[in-house]
Amino acid sequence: MSTKPEQVKVQFETLDQQQSADRLGMWIFLATETMLFGGLFFGYTAMHTLHPQIFDKASHELEWQLEFINTAILLTSGLTMALAEFAVAAKRRWLTLFLLILTLFFGAWFLTAKGIEYLDDFSNGIVPFVAGGYHYSGLQPQIAKLFFNFYFALTGLHAFHMSIGMLLLMLMAWLTFRWRDPDKMIRRLRIVGFYWAFIDVAWITIYTTIYLVPR
Amino acid sequence: MMFAALTSNAGNAPGYLGSDVGHTIVKFLPSAATPMAHSWDTLFFWLIGISGVVAMTLTAVIAILMIRYRRGRKVNRDFHITRKRELWIEFSWSLPVFLAFLAFFYAGANIYVKAFTKPNDPIHIDVTGKQWMWKFEHPNGAREIDTLHVPIDRLVELDMTSTDVIHDVDIPAFRIKHDVLPGTHMFLWFKATRLGTYDLFCNQFCGLGHSKMRGEVIVMKDADYAQWLDDQQVPNSPAERGAALFRAHGCSGCHMGNAAIHAPDLAGIYGKPVPLSNGKMVIANEAYIRDSILFPSKEIVAGFNNDMPSFRGKLSEGEIQEIISYIKKLHRDYRNQP
Amino acid sequence: MSAAVTLPDEPPSYPEEHYLNNGYSLKSWLTTTDHKRIAWLFFFALTFMFLIGGTAAALIRIELITPAGDLVSDGTYSRLFSVHGIVMVWFFLIPSIPNTFGNFLLPMMIGARDMAFPRINLLSWYVYMIGALAIIASLFAGAPDAGWTFYTPLSTQYANDATIIAAVGVFIVGFSTIMTALNFVVTIHRLRAPGMTWFRLPLFVWSMYAVAVLMLLATPVLAITLLMVTVSSWLHIAIFNPAIGGDPLLFQHMFWFYSHPAVYIMLIPSMGVVSELITTFARKQVFGYEVMVFSMLMISIASFFVWGHHMFVAGESTFSALVFSLMTFVVSVPSAIKIFNWTTTLYKGTISFDTPMLYGVSFIGLFLVGGLTGVMLASTGLDMDLHGTYFVIAHFHYIMVGAAVTAYMGAIHYWWPKITGRMYPEMWGRFAAITMFIGFNATFGPQFLLGVAGMPRRYHTYPPQFQVLNEASSAGAVVLAIGYIMPFCYLIWSLRYGKIAPPNPWGATGLEWQTASPPPEHNFGGEIPVVSRKPYDYKHYDAEHGEWQGRP
Repeated sequence: MSTKPEQVKVQFETLDQQQSADRLGMWIFLATETMLFGGLFFGYTAMHTLHPQIFDKASHELEWQLEFINTAILLTSGLTMALAEFAVAAKRRWLTLFLLILTLFFGAWFLTAKGIEYLDDFSNGIVPFVAGGYHYSGLQPQIAKLFFNFYFALTGLHAFHMSIGMLLLMLMAWLTFRWRDPDKMIRRLRIVGFYWAFIDVAWITIYTTIYLVPR
Repeated sequence: MMFAALTSNAGNAPGYLGSDVGHTIVKFLPSAATPMAHSWDTLFFWLIGISGVVAMTLTAVIAILMIRYRRGRKVNRDFHITRKRELWIEFSWSLPVFLAFLAFFYAGANIYVKAFTKPNDPIHIDVTGKQWMWKFEHPNGAREIDTLHVPIDRLVELDMTSTDVIHDVDIPAFRIKHDVLPGTHMFLWFKATRLGTYDLFCNQFCGLGHSKMRGEVIVMKDADYAQWLDDQQVPNSPAERGAALFRAHGCSGCHMGNAAIHAPDLAGIYGKPVPLSNGKMVIANEAYIRDSILFPSKEIVAGFNNDMPSFRGKLSEGEIQEIISYIKKLHRDYRNQP
Repeated sequence: MSAAVTLPDEPPSYPEEHYLNNGYSLKSWLTTTDHKRIAWLFFFALTFMFLIGGTAAALIRIELITPAGDLVSDGTYSRLFSVHGIVMVWFFLIPSIPNTFGNFLLPMMIGARDMAFPRINLLSWYVYMIGALAIIASLFAGAPDAGWTFYTPLSTQYANDATIIAAVGVFIVGFSTIMTALNFVVTIHRLRAPGMTWFRLPLFVWSMYAVAVLMLLATPVLAITLLMVTVSSWLHIAIFNPAIGGDPLLFQHMFWFYSHPAVYIMLIPSMGVVSELITTFARKQVFGYEVMVFSMLMISIASFFVWGHHMFVAGESTFSALVFSLMTFVVSVPSAIKIFNWTTTLYKGTISFDTPMLYGVSFIGLFLVGGLTGVMLASTGLDMDLHGTYFVIAHFHYIMVGAAVTAYMGAIHYWWPKITGRMYPEMWGRFAAITMFIGFNATFGPQFLLGVAGMPRRYHTYPPQFQVLNEASSAGAVVLAIGYIMPFCYLIWSLRYGKIAPPNPWGATGLEWQTASPPPEHNFGGEIPVVSRKPYDYKHYDAEHGEWQGRP
């Protein structure tokens, strides 16, 4: 057997092959994630077609200005993540760590703001699945319930993905801090960066369909 | 049973070839009892025939090849083929298959489209599926459970809804079936041309009692049917009860000719296209009227405001049916006026 | 003539080191990342689930011998067919060939040492086991009773709690499917041996590729749909409930968007297996290799656009019914082409009738019947009467059992020598294959007639005119059950007493036969092989000496 670098796993011949397999795996994973969100979007669109006016009116309950700022925050975190990838490629340990922590900070900001919006929603009485959380007085409260259910399903699914992304980022920050194998770090950050970018794109789609289009 | 006596004089034509319903004899296709069922049978036997020929031929070819080219037999096995020829062969058997499939599609679609086009001036019978029974209501208000009496040679339209889960009206002898959904109306129509008693099955799994949700359709002579209708004790026709509800719930306050509040006049509206405020058109069928009662703001008629309250929770499923019957009756009266 | 090729004079010896004796402890199995051992883990789990589903099927057939509900109550009957459907579809058929033979063979067939992500491969098994445990838990919690289709509002508002536990189990096992599929696609893209170009891949590998694409794109939609059902019923959310503005048809659309491709998830792998069987035992290059590949890919893509043919009489518009019907006919064309190609492959071949070949030929016959009746159901007009009857039941059992399980049994017999290093008793093998073929047709043939006579599916009791055919079907099921029990016995017997298998008992050309039986830990002793020929190049293969002749 020809000599292989240490970090190449047994099933691969070269490091290049291994890395491209990792990247392809991530792309495919994101394709399935797209279908996961896609199923929900399909359901939302179907129900929106059934009750367009009620859904649009219900959407006016949501705080689109707050979420506009939130969108900007999330996009900024996407930027810092991309910069972190560049930084690690330049083997700049502390800069990478700083950018990762900044990304984490923006991510936490986003999730906190989202939590605040959820609390607001509760006091506005548009949380249909919590006891006493629903006293919407607008058009057709029963049908508007559907809209709010989809709203919580979509944003909740996104927040769940965000939380996983945050955990991954924390792990990355810790690994960057230890700085054992910079070459491996480059590959890892690229994979996590992919995932973070997907979360950004998913959010923009949600924001557009749920918050902006009905206005 | 209330209808037991009637069942026996409903004509003695068997529901199945060769025997009466209920005897333990092997039976295949129930004998067709509607013109639609006859055209269905023609298509079915054509497709079975073609499939049979294809299957036999391929089986024979495989058997011959396997025997002829079995291991150990001395036979010429030189096989050369050019790529071009190979593709040509593939194409030459794909195309006939594709064309045959198009023909099958067309033949099937023909029947399907006919079955799903509403007939002209049928007898309307309301059908309500409920775990686990069928309720039928005739135009004059006669009601029956699990047994449906219909006259021969007349178009019959079933207006179907469910009060709980999805059911399915399936009448094998008529070769038709359709799911019955809660919250909306579905329809089926048929014209029975053969006297007899036919099975009616629920064909969508609807819970534990699914297999007991069976009934029968009794096709009677016109005179017998009229007699049967007369024999039923009819408190009020659904349309009459609907009219009472229409007044009691204050609908007439707005929806009648010269009311103070401006609302669409409902006389003659049934079955007509209605322009909506969002620029679309809908047909005022059962589903639309039902939605308008429960979700008034969903589709607003062009030129009107959204003033109507929702009657969700205030009217039972049966009461909504009765109001719809009343609106249908308004339509018939409107059409018959000079 | 027990094998296609005369064995060498000296009896083959068992290799000293191979993947099976590479550690015997339970830990060495439960923490293995060797794709061949993971295949075994799946094989055990799947066999266990098959027994659960099979027991339910047996009880259903016993109950249906008489028109009255005299063996079990209506509640128990609903549970039996729900458990049968859920277990057989998600815990046996969908993972059957991919997770066992796909796992075992795919790396070997493309000349790789393992999957691209061996640990994800193992994780897939654990996720499968968690899903399976959820299903078994649901059995103890009263067993699901809303059918395998989970139709709303029955499942969300009227069914028991166990239905939701089962839905969670299916949700979980979906992730196992996705992980395995992801591994397949990446492995095929990135780990092919030198010279193994795309059009030198065996058709089995292509079938794994086509099926993985389907799994990756369809399974997430099922996941989100079942999540919505689960949450709907826990939190009383109304997405599918018409009483508060929801739409039960939305569920059906989303469910069949997954579940129609799922039919092809079960079918395509068996097409791959049968292509291997036919070529090996006809000793001939498969006819129209490229067309076989493209037809498989076309089936996999087109199957995403036919889901509405399950809803011709459910309330979809006439127009969409016609579009879906037309699309269904179109997707049937590639399947027809495949049957013609397998048949033509036999022409001027050198055909032997070993056990795997018997399964291969019965596959063609049963798939033909299942396919032709499928074409009848694709016709909107005929579906109006046949929908929801035993005709549909018989049709999809011809596809899912007649085709898919037959191919699975064929695969077990074909690759058994490679997997275990032992031969099974050939006469028993042939006897079981023929018994299974007869038993299957005796079970499901009468069900076509029942459907035409009008008997609806999922009926616990039925009118007496259906009794004779039901009795015939149940009698056939006894033969079928015997057919399934036989291999179970003689295969276990062969593990200890079977003849030792040579590396290439069938004289086949695939890469998996160019290594020892059973293979060593990383499949190919030293260097991985270099490929220089088309697959199935039997014309230039001297099986007796295992040598190639002539230019590639």
